[in-house]
Amino acid sequence: MEPLGTFEIIIRVLYQLSSVWIALLLLFALSIAFKRRLGLYGKLFDSPIGMIGFALVMFWVFVGIFGAMDMIITHDPLSQVSGMKNKVPGTPLAGAAEGDYAWYLLGGDNLARDVFSRVIKGAWIVVQIAPLATLFAFMVGITLGLPAGYYGGRLDTFLSFLANLILAFPVILLFYLLVTPEIVATGLPTMMAIVLFMFPIVFLCVLLNSRYRTQPAFRTPLLIGVLGFALWLYLALISENGYLVRSIPGLPSVLDPFDIPGGILVVFVSVVFVNSPTVFRIVRGLAMDIKTRDYVAAAQTRGEGPWYIMLWEILPNARGPLIVDFCLRIGYTTILLGTLGFFGLGLPPESPDWGSTINEGRKLLSIYLHPALPPALALLSLVLGLNLLADGLREESLKD
Amino acid sequence: MGLFILRRFGVMLLTALCLTFIVFFLTNLYPNLEKLAKTQGNQRMSDEQVQTWLDNRGYSDPLLTKYGRWLGVMPGFTNTLNDGQFVGTCVRPGLTPEETPRFCGIVQGDWGYSTRFKADVDEIIWKRLGNTLYLMMWVMILMVPSALIVGVLAGMREGSRTDRSLSTFSILSTATPEYVSGVIFIAVFTSSTVGLKWFKGTATQAMEQPTFENFFLPVLTIALYGMGYIARMTRASMTEVMTAQYIRTARLKGVSFPNIVLKHALRNALIAPFTVIMLQFPWLLNGVVIVESLFNYKGFGWVLVEAAGNNDIQLLLAVSVVSVFVVLITQLISDIGYVYLNPRIRIS
Repeated sequence: MEPLGTFEIIIRVLYQLSSVWIALLLLFALSIAFKRRLGLYGKLFDSPIGMIGFALVMFWVFVGIFGAMDMIITHDPLSQVSGMKNKVPGTPLAGAAEGDYAWYLLGGDNLARDVFSRVIKGAWIVVQIAPLATLFAFMVGITLGLPAGYYGGRLDTFLSFLANLILAFPVILLFYLLVTPEIVATGLPTMMAIVLFMFPIVFLCVLLNSRYRTQPAFRTPLLIGVLGFALWLYLALISENGYLVRSIPGLPSVLDPFDIPGGILVVFVSVVFVNSPTVFRIVRGLAMDIKTRDYVAAAQTRGEGPWYIMLWEILPNARGPLIVDFCLRIGYTTILLGTLGFFGLGLPPESPDWGSTINEGRKLLSIYLHPALPPALALLSLVLGLNLLADGLREESLKD
Repeated sequence: MGLFILRRFGVMLLTALCLTFIVFFLTNLYPNLEKLAKTQGNQRMSDEQVQTWLDNRGYSDPLLTKYGRWLGVMPGFTNTLNDGQFVGTCVRPGLTPEETPRFCGIVQGDWGYSTRFKADVDEIIWKRLGNTLYLMMWVMILMVPSALIVGVLAGMREGSRTDRSLSTFSILSTATPEYVSGVIFIAVFTSSTVGLKWFKGTATQAMEQPTFENFFLPVLTIALYGMGYIARMTRASMTEVMTAQYIRTARLKGVSFPNIVLKHALRNALIAPFTVIMLQFPWLLNGVVIVESLFNYKGFGWVLVEAAGNNDIQLLLAVSVVSVFVVLITQLISDIGYVYLNPRIRIS
C-alpha cells in the first residue's frame, strides 16, 4: 500500500466527515428557510460573523455526536498498532487485516494510536462536558446572584465575599489542589457535587412554584412530576454503587442507570466551581440594574412575591447579556478543560481529550509535529467559533 | 480615600486568611499527608508506618493547631525520635535543638521549610519570583502597547475594513489559549524537521542569559492571549468616545482627524482599558504556569506545579499567599487608579 499524498489525505478526511457535512447542510438549509419565525436564533443568520461562528460550533457538535456513534472514526482511539509509532500522516496501516481502514490519516502518536480518531473522540468529551458544566454554573450563579442583587444588604455582602474569595484563587492552583487522585479518594468532589448539583433543582422548583403558586391544582402535580424526575436524576448522577459518599446510602443500584467515573466528576465539579462566581457577579449586576425599572415596581405594586419578580420579571429581561456570556463561557470552559488535560489532571492519561493529547504530543514536538497539532487546531477552532457566535448574537440582540 | 484603602486592606487580610485556611485544609487531608509521608519517607511504607511517621512530625494534630503553628501564634511542634533525630516544624538543618525558636510562622516572618527542595521557602519563592517577574515585565512591554494600538486603530473608525480585520485578529487571539499558541509557535518556528528554526523551543537558558532567540516565544505566547481581550475593551471604549458630543464639536470646528484621535479621544478612551490591564494580572499567572511548563522556564509557575505535585504544604501555602496578594493588590490599584483617571467618580 502506498502512503497517501497531502491532497489525498484531505479528500479522505473530508469524506470521512461526510455525515457531518450532510447534517450541517440540513441544519443551515432549514434554519435559513424558516429564519423569520425563529426569533433571536433566526436573526443569527443575518450576520455573517454569527453564521461562521455557528457553523464552526455545530461542526464540532456534530463531529462529537457522530464520533460517539462510531460513524467517523477509522480506528479505535485507544488501540495501539505495532509499527505505527510516530508515523507521519497518510502512512498505510502496518499489518492491516481485512476490513481495517488501511491508513492512519493524520498519522500515529507516540503510543502508535491513530491521531485522527483520537481528535474525533476528543470532540465528544468536550461537547459533553463544556455546555453542561456551563449550564450548571449558570444555575448556581443565577440562583445566588438574583437574590444578592435584588435584596442587597448583608446577604449581598456575604455572597459577594464568597465569590471574590473563589475568584482570588488562581485557577491553576485550585485545579492542582482539587483535581488530584488523593482528593478524589477523600470523597470531597462528591460532596461538592452534592451541593452544586442541588442548585438546578432548587432553581427549577422555585421557578415553577413562583409562577403557578396561585393555581395549586396545576402546580402540585407539576412540581411533584418535575421534582421527582430531577431528584432521581440528581441521585443517579451522584450515587455510585448505591452510596453517595462511602457510608451514606444513596440510590439503589437497580435505579441507577449510569455512573460517572470519579475522574470525570471531579473535573466537572471543579469547572462548575470555577465558573459560577463570575456568573454570580454578572447576574447580580444585572439584577441590581433591572430592579429599578418601572415594570418591577409595577409587579411589586401588584403584590407579586419576590421570587416571581426575580425569576419572571428580572431574569427574562436580563437574557440578552446572559446568552452572550453563555456562549463565551462555554469557550472558556473548553479552554479550562484543555488546561486540565494539559497538566494531566483529572481525566485518565489515555483519554483522547484534546488537552491530554496536546500534552502528550508536546513532549516530542520538535521532531514530530503531527500528534500535537490536530487537537490544538481543533480546540482553537471550537473556541473561535464560540467567540464569533457570541459576537454575532451580541450584534443581533443589540439591534432590537 | 484613606478609609477606603484601609477597609480594602482589611478585606484583603481576611480573604488571604480564608484562602490560606482552605489551602491548608486541602493539603492536610489524610490522602495528601500519606502521599507526603511516602515521598519523604519511602514509597513502601505500610499504613502503620505512615501513621507513626505523621504522628512523630506533628502532622496528626488538629487542623487548627497546625494552622496556628503556620501563622506563628502557636508554639512549633518539636519531637525527638527514637534514633535521637530532632524533628519539628521549626527545625532547620544547621540549628541545634537549643537554638531552634519556639515560634516560627508568618508573624515571625518565617515562611517555613520546603520538603520538596530542602530549602527555606522564602528563598525559593524570591528566586523563582524574580524569574517570573522578568518574564512578566517583557510580556507587559510587548502586550500593553500593541493591544492599545490595535484597539485604538480598530475603534477609531467603527465598521471600517481596518476595524473588521483588527477585531477578527483580537477575537482569534482570545480564542487561542497559551497551550495551543505555544504548541503552534514551537511547531512553526523551532521544529528541527520542517519549521523555520528562528527561535529556540525551550527557555531553559533564558534564566541565566535571556536572548531574543530563547526568550521571545514564551513572552509572545503569554502576551498574545491577553492582548485580544485588552484590545477589544480598548476598541469598545474608543468607539464610545468617538461618538461623544465633544468629538463632533471638534470635527465641526475643523480639527484634523489625527489630532482628534490623539488629543481629544485617546485620554478618555484609555480609562476603561486601564482597569482591564490591571485585572489581567491574575490571568497572566495562569498563562505563566502553562508557558513555564511548556518552555521549561523555572519560575513561579514551575514552583507551583512542583509544590502541588509533591504536596509540599508550606511552599504551596506561600505560593497561594503570593498569588492571592497579586490578585488583590492589582484589584486595589485598579480601583484607586480608576478614581484618579476619572474625576467623575468619587468614593465616599
